[in-house]
Amino acid sequence: MDGYSFADLQAILIMQGFAGISLFSVLLLMALGLAIIFGQMGVINMAHGEFMAVGAYTTYFFSSLTQNYLPGFLDYYFVFSIIAAFFIAGAIGYLLEFALIRHLYKRPLDTLLATWGVSLIMQQLFRTIFGAREVSPALPDWLLGSYEPTEMIDIPLNGLFVLGLTVLVTGGVFYLMFRSRWGLRVRATTQNRVMSGAVGINTKKVDRLTFALGCGIAGVAGAAFTTIASTGPTTGSLYIVDTFMVVVFGGAASLFGTIASAFSIAQAQSIMEFFLSGSMAKVFTLLTIVVILMLRPEGLFSTKVRK
Amino acid sequence: MNLKHTAGLLRHAKRSLLILSLCTLGVGAAQAGPPTAQVNTTGLAVTDDTVKVGILHSLTGTMAISETGAQEAEKLAIEQINNMGGILGRKIQIIQEDGASDWPTFAEKSRKLLVNDKVAAVFGCWTSASRKAALPVFEKENGLLYYPTFYEGLEQSHNVIYTGQEATQQILAGLDWVAREKGAKTFYLIGSDYIWPRTSMKIARKHIENVLKGKVVGEEYKPLGNTSFGSVINKIRLKKPDVIYAAVVGGSNVAWFKQLKAAGITGKKQTLLTISVTEDEVLGIGGENLKGFYSVMKYFESLDNENNKAFVKAFKAKWGADSVIGDVTQAAYLGPWLWKAAVERAGSFDVDKVVAESEKGDIELSTAPEGYVKLHANHHLWSKTRVARWGDDGQATVVFESGLIEPNPFPKGYQ
Repeated sequence: MDGYSFADLQAILIMQGFAGISLFSVLLLMALGLAIIFGQMGVINMAHGEFMAVGAYTTYFFSSLTQNYLPGFLDYYFVFSIIAAFFIAGAIGYLLEFALIRHLYKRPLDTLLATWGVSLIMQQLFRTIFGAREVSPALPDWLLGSYEPTEMIDIPLNGLFVLGLTVLVTGGVFYLMFRSRWGLRVRATTQNRVMSGAVGINTKKVDRLTFALGCGIAGVAGAAFTTIASTGPTTGSLYIVDTFMVVVFGGAASLFGTIASAFSIAQAQSIMEFFLSGSMAKVFTLLTIVVILMLRPEGLFSTKVRK
Repeated sequence: MNLKHTAGLLRHAKRSLLILSLCTLGVGAAQAGPPTAQVNTTGLAVTDDTVKVGILHSLTGTMAISETGAQEAEKLAIEQINNMGGILGRKIQIIQEDGASDWPTFAEKSRKLLVNDKVAAVFGCWTSASRKAALPVFEKENGLLYYPTFYEGLEQSHNVIYTGQEATQQILAGLDWVAREKGAKTFYLIGSDYIWPRTSMKIARKHIENVLKGKVVGEEYKPLGNTSFGSVINKIRLKKPDVIYAAVVGGSNVAWFKQLKAAGITGKKQTLLTISVTEDEVLGIGGENLKGFYSVMKYFESLDNENNKAFVKAFKAKWGADSVIGDVTQAAYLGPWLWKAAVERAGSFDVDKVVAESEKGDIELSTAPEGYVKLHANHHLWSKTRVARWGDDGQATVVFESGLIEPNPFPKGYQ
């Protein structure tokens, strides 16, 4: 590293640290919804990425509405569209659970195929409704550009925003799962469905709401990602692999595991990307994950679940 | 007797009628064009007043984003040709197939078009992978493909006419410009990880090092679909290159430019040249993220000439005022016109005769939206290369235009 001043290196170190944290928040936000659906309910939801796309398109829809009818509102619409994304994606999830998923709880491999089919149907719907081309919602000014604490350091504002949102959503999920009556019912159902039913928990209703919550969080993730990436009919498939990777690596049934796994994958990836080329970094990250999963097939964290 | 006579008369009359109608038909055909037996000796789907062609692009799947514009342009050109009376007196009928962004499907649909439908020409394919998949079918069945995308070169098939630029046409002029105008000495190369960016960057690196005597300070490839560029952007920041030279494609492209902007790397502070952004991509990236960066292409929607104004007007009239026209869309528009020119000179739809005319190297189009183009004996087009600067309205202003550049799909010293 000859020829670089100390200040240079220091600035890069800070920005590189932020790049890692930013990737961590992206991965975590993607994986939270799936951690609930796959981890808690055991449903392999291949359409998870498409629920993110629902969130992204919701944002785009609100952005065009605002631009056309309420231009003065452009600075604030984004917050509302995230909330709307949660409810719209959640509602679609609720319907999907009712129409399809609940019939397949005893056949996990069939849910894989069925939800994959759903993902293809949703992709083609996006294409028919919004067109095949990628779209870009108009972002409010406060999300563009960077925060510059010193002349050499630029911290991306959209990264900060996603980070804040991730903290908020994660906090919310933890409160719901571990501090509320509803969370208690969800955990009870996951641990022993028959017994939960026997003590008067409506397990079907719990399932439906849990699935809807997972999809809603996917919607929030999708809405947030319009600030950093693309929105197109196949956007969802960009995320699905990383999402499953985080959840499986973390240990499917553990929310803490998901956080730890998102953090370690993000840091490994961003540090290696800095010193190696992009593709090699990905290869090494995946290789490390494969090796660790061979040694610990249950993932980083595992909770004891009675099956 | 009487009865017999009447019957004879009738028979006679019938025969005359038949002859008369045959004559009329013959005259009609003569007015419209040469007889079918003469223009079609290889059993193509040519009748006295129609000729069938295929359009083969992805209407579904990942690539639909890019290929939609191309097939729209091809349909527009065919409609215009039909309105002018068709080719050799025959109206063009389109058989459209969906490649579905899946390379084996391209091969399968090519076979269907050539073997079952016996189309006289196919306009189609977009990615190099789809072309490579369809190529063996076209060569085996002796079909004719007009391929519209700018691509990595290193190919010249008897059965393909390439209407986009090959790599050296697109790359060298742009690099020369940035070295001359911006005094660029150091370059950072970044692309998606597949054949086109890698081949293009190889050519770029040779040109930078051997011809421009500059230095490549970094070369980076990201997996297709990658959406995190934070670390690369930090690397670029550390190396402080004069020019970022980019060939990132698809969804990654959007993430790349959004994150550059978020990291404070904008057109004001940094020269960035890309060979993978056309008007089509800008819709997804957002003009505000691209403002001040440069694209190197042969065509931009904003080109100021009469041909282009007419083309843009006709395109928007047919496909909607919101539609945009990128480089490949325009190149796809040239396909049917180049085919028409070659067929008319050959006086035949036979593939070998059409190719033979095309290979004479003097088929010209003075009506091309990009300006004058000429077909080279090596199946590629002579064309100009332009460097244009993006504004935040999603349109680019041309800042440099080269002369006509000879296509050179097998460049010596660049491989």
